Amino acid sequence: MKTVWRLTLAMIIALALTACQTTPEAAPEPAPEPEPAPVVETAPAADPHDFTDSRNFDNPESLLSKRVIYFDFDKSTVRPEFRAIVSAHAAYAAAHSSARVTLEGHADERGTREYTLGLGERRGNAVMGLMSAQGARGSQLVVVSYGEERPTCRVSDEDCWSQNRRVEIVYTAR
Amino acid sequence: MVTDNVKKLLILMVTLLVAHTAQAQLQIEIISGNASALPIAIVPFQWEDASSPPATSVEEIISGDLYRSGLFDPMDTADMLERPVDEESIRFGTWRLLKVDYIVVGSIRTPADGRGHELVYQLFDVHTQERLLSQITTVGPGDLRYGAHRVSDAIYKTLTGVPGAFATRIAYITATGLGEDLRYELVVSDADGFGPQSVVGSPEPLLSPAWSPDGKKLAYVSFEKGNSAIYMQDVATGSRELISGGKGINGAPSFSPDGRNMAMTLSRTGNPEIYVRNIATGRLTQLTQHWAIDTEPVWAPDGKYIYFTSDRGGKPQIYRIPPTGGKAERVTLEGEYNARASIAPDGRRIAVAHGRGNEYRIAIWDIDSERFTVLTPGVLDESPSFAPNGSMVLYATREGTRGVLSAVSADGSVRQRLILSEGDVREPAWSPVIR
Repeated sequence: MKTVWRLTLAMIIALALTACQTTPEAAPEPAPEPEPAPVVETAPAADPHDFTDSRNFDNPESLLSKRVIYFDFDKSTVRPEFRAIVSAHAAYAAAHSSARVTLEGHADERGTREYTLGLGERRGNAVMGLMSAQGARGSQLVVVSYGEERPTCRVSDEDCWSQNRRVEIVYTAR
Repeated sequence: MVTDNVKKLLILMVTLLVAHTAQAQLQIEIISGNASALPIAIVPFQWEDASSPPATSVEEIISGDLYRSGLFDPMDTADMLERPVDEESIRFGTWRLLKVDYIVVGSIRTPADGRGHELVYQLFDVHTQERLLSQITTVGPGDLRYGAHRVSDAIYKTLTGVPGAFATRIAYITATGLGEDLRYELVVSDADGFGPQSVVGSPEPLLSPAWSPDGKKLAYVSFEKGNSAIYMQDVATGSRELISGGKGINGAPSFSPDGRNMAMTLSRTGNPEIYVRNIATGRLTQLTQHWAIDTEPVWAPDGKYIYFTSDRGGKPQIYRIPPTGGKAERVTLEGEYNARASIAPDGRRIAVAHGRGNEYRIAIWDIDSERFTVLTPGVLDESPSFAPNGSMVLYATREGTRGVLSAVSADGSVRQRLILSEGDVREPAWSPVIR
């Protein structure tokens, strides 16, 4: 109860102060009105290139918001266009020792289930290797392969297959 | 986190306790038949049993079994002019006119101790009038279907010289529902698809069921703890134990022919390798050590080799290695993609998923002639599993985007489809002959 009263009091005082400030400025009639300063102060926007800033996980302009790496058929090489994403997450993990990441490896439906389990792991390991080389600690990273058991798409064509051949970077702790 | 795990555990426990009967039934349909099938008449068995007759008659089950083998053309009971029940009442001339080569007559009665059923039957050659088989098969209460399958086995063996595999079971994985409601089940049914029973259910993937050589246990892979783990479960009691659940892949279990060891794939070193684990002692032996994916180990029936899939040559091929370790040698010498071997009981034929471009078919590699025979026309056929008598291969195929099971005779002449009425059916494993 007391805190509520105090807050209300503080607000009334603040309003009164702003009223006092604006009153003398309104007096000279012809003068152009200055831009009103924002009433609510916000923190500066996250720099999308600061990969140590956890706000960038939800910032579509930052590579940290991208957490799926796609692969070629029967391959586990991280393609050049995805290396920057992996580097961003490696930078985050390196800066936050409490961060824990599961690299979920997946494959498309072609090939036998147990073999694709191996393939998914190989992809997970490829991403783990890159992240480790860029400062992420081994204790922060775990690879789990689901093979072809968890497709995001169930059509038998290349478009769908290419979406299923992936590693998902899943943070279990940030 | 803790409550989530507790919830998952509870769901799993309930599933294990209520091993409910899967409602969906398998339908079986012959896709391509065999013109040289033997005409045979299974005359309705006379019901002399104290209990009331079952909904599906014994002669229907036997006719169905023989028909599905592709080697027999059983006569429709509606076309039978007479219904003899013993040797004396058979008029062979009538059956010759009906162009039947073999006839089976019999009856079902209650055994002297009052428990279960006795199937009393005889098999005759219509042309020579020779009695080829005269037997009494005794089964427990509720096992009449099993009894009928055993009669089919005896008829099959007498007329083909090969033991039947009708009184066996199959295990398979089903996936039903979508997204959050996706549910995996390991199901066991009779070899004709009848009586499906859910053995284990989970919201996380289940895969790679493998039978113990006595047909009493199943090993399988479950992701219920977030990573792959191998479990071994007693089919009748549902009791189970964790066999392997370490870091990385715990996959592809396969029992040794004596049931004492289990081959498996583990990636504890960071790369999938083949291991053999002594089930009683837990002692682990690493068989392969290669940067390649080594997986899908399976024991040869004589126990001398473990066959496995490896991409050490660039693409997946079948290799073999002695179970005590040693040098791996390549087995399949043709084709760009050969994986997931199933070894015929004679040890000379290997069924594999045989890939070319984007097409995967079931093919049999003959070890002696070093040649492939492609058995199926599918686009995404996988998981071949030999019948315990080597006569057929059960496998997973696609119909549109749905997985179904099919079986093909080992010579490729007869194919049949087993359709579960809902969901995705996959990874069939044919049980050994259960004695």
